[in-house]
Amino acid sequence: MSTSSAHSRKKIRAVPPKPEWQLRLYVAGQTSKSVTALANLERICETHLSGRYVIEIIDLLVNPQLAAGDQILAVPTLVRKLPQPIKKIIGDLSNEARVLVGLDVQPLK
Amino acid sequence: MVKKTGSISKALTGIQGLDEITAGGLPEGRATLVCGAAGCGKTMLAMEFLVRGASQYGDAGVFMMFEERPAEIIANVRGLGFDVDKLVAQKKIKLEYVRVERSEIEETGEYDLEGLFIRLGHAIDSVRAKRVVLDTIEALFAGLPNHGILRAELRRLFQWLKDRNVTAIITGERGENSLTRYGLEEYVADCVITLDNRVHDQISTRRLRVVKYRGSTHGTNEYPFLIGNTGISVLPVTSLTLDHQASRERVSTGIQGLDEMLGGKGVFRGSSVLVSGTAGTGKSSIAARFVEAACARGERCLLFAYEESPAQLTRNMQSIGIDVERWIKRKLLQVHSSRPTLCGLEQHLVIMHDAVRAFAPSVVAIDPISNLTLNNDPVDVRPALMRLIDFLKRKQVTTIFTSLVTTDAASREDSEVGVSSLMDTWLLVRNVESNGERNRMLFLLKSRGMAHSNRVREFLLTDQGITLADVFLGRDGILTGSARVQQQAHDRALDGLRRAGVDATAGRAAAAKGARKRATR
Repeated sequence: MSTSSAHSRKKIRAVPPKPEWQLRLYVAGQTSKSVTALANLERICETHLSGRYVIEIIDLLVNPQLAAGDQILAVPTLVRKLPQPIKKIIGDLSNEARVLVGLDVQPLK
Repeated sequence: MVKKTGSISKALTGIQGLDEITAGGLPEGRATLVCGAAGCGKTMLAMEFLVRGASQYGDAGVFMMFEERPAEIIANVRGLGFDVDKLVAQKKIKLEYVRVERSEIEETGEYDLEGLFIRLGHAIDSVRAKRVVLDTIEALFAGLPNHGILRAELRRLFQWLKDRNVTAIITGERGENSLTRYGLEEYVADCVITLDNRVHDQISTRRLRVVKYRGSTHGTNEYPFLIGNTGISVLPVTSLTLDHQASRERVSTGIQGLDEMLGGKGVFRGSSVLVSGTAGTGKSSIAARFVEAACARGERCLLFAYEESPAQLTRNMQSIGIDVERWIKRKLLQVHSSRPTLCGLEQHLVIMHDAVRAFAPSVVAIDPISNLTLNNDPVDVRPALMRLIDFLKRKQVTTIFTSLVTTDAASREDSEVGVSSLMDTWLLVRNVESNGERNRMLFLLKSRGMAHSNRVREFLLTDQGITLADVFLGRDGILTGSARVQQQAHDRALDGLRRAGVDATAGRAAAAKGARKRATR
């Protein structure tokens, strides 16, 4: 699985040239919380936003200067860059219902 | 820069007075909590700590703000003369704005505040900061719903700051029953300073208190402080020590007769002189003469006038032969006139401090000091004046105060503000009514450290200046005014007659007649 990479900025599943959903996940190293968060995020996206999203992972341990831009305090933080407005979800995304509310995604089922 | 005092090392704040109270500054490498209600100057104090650190002690600093934006803070402290823009450009200060918007944040599952640590760490590294301000981290409580996580993380943060060995100021809003609304004092326990802004009789005074300082002695009183145009000045109400130098040099009071009463040489340089008396007894004239004499010696003088404008003072002093304007033009004299009600006593004192520091005078006259105390609680006045006198003594400034007292108080030899014990020399001027005229009498109530006359003198204001005349002791007590002149003339005539060998009793009537003419002008 490509998601376990520790690279700072890694785009995965960039399917269409301009995906409707642009998500950014801020983590600080490979902690259990960040691994859980990414796994949860991928599962939710594949279920509800299949083919319409792109996830960018930013490791603040590698690029600390990027934390200020999106006003990151907590990690992991998921930022919905698009569609506007910007939304933030903090935590390991373990509660799927709340993630969907936070992202403002209509569940498919 | 670090000052080592005793067991723990301290970082100088550079804030006027605060370093004295804390005996050398804030605990180095630890966090200090500064708390108080809104608008009492927490952010200003924190910013001054950074600015002074960066510009005076070579310690770079990080200001992490949670409420205001950098541009706002920069604009706010520009009024204090701080050019934060420049220090930021020089990489001496890093401003880090942290925005927490509750409505944007959804919480789900486990998280920590590593992002905050990373940002702070990055900011510290980017300027190699030795000082850090978090203003005010309590904003996080409003932004993050899970206070359990937040408290655990704050505990970790303060430990982390210690480990990074930065000297930190954490600000906090005052709470209902605790020092801070969210109990930050629980985590930051090394040094706690509270700020307060109280209004009394429509005049507000800011106060600062060091509640706690682990491992160090500190002044425990409440100290008034001001946010002026050069930053914060904390005024220790009472100096911690009484160790000023005592000069043996004497300076003339400008009044020959008075110098003679003071052992012929005048008062000690750097001493304080109080002239008290009822209205219209010539207190201001004595002060003006004192100032003029100093100017004539080529010394600088500062005159604080709380009743007259400079123009009025110039005109009035002209009438007794004192040319104030001449010395102003020669830049030897500065006159500061203001109404006492312009601001509180503390603010007046700060204006005085600033003026004395800027002008470096050798004589300061305050006319009258009793006006300053009008709107103030006597409890506040005494320590404030004590502090002013100590400050001036330390600078070896000779000071003359005038004090208006009521007739009752004058007879009781009372100085209304109760400052006489702080003074080295105390003159009392009193009107004495007799023979249908009022005459001024001058008493020297005390003069520390020198032989001084115990005699009452008559005090004359003429267009030539001020002179003191010996009073005559007659059968019915002391003689002043025309009675004295009469007695003088009588004595003179008697002398002449005695010399001429004429019977004294025959000449008395003639001499008295002539004297009366001269005396009643």
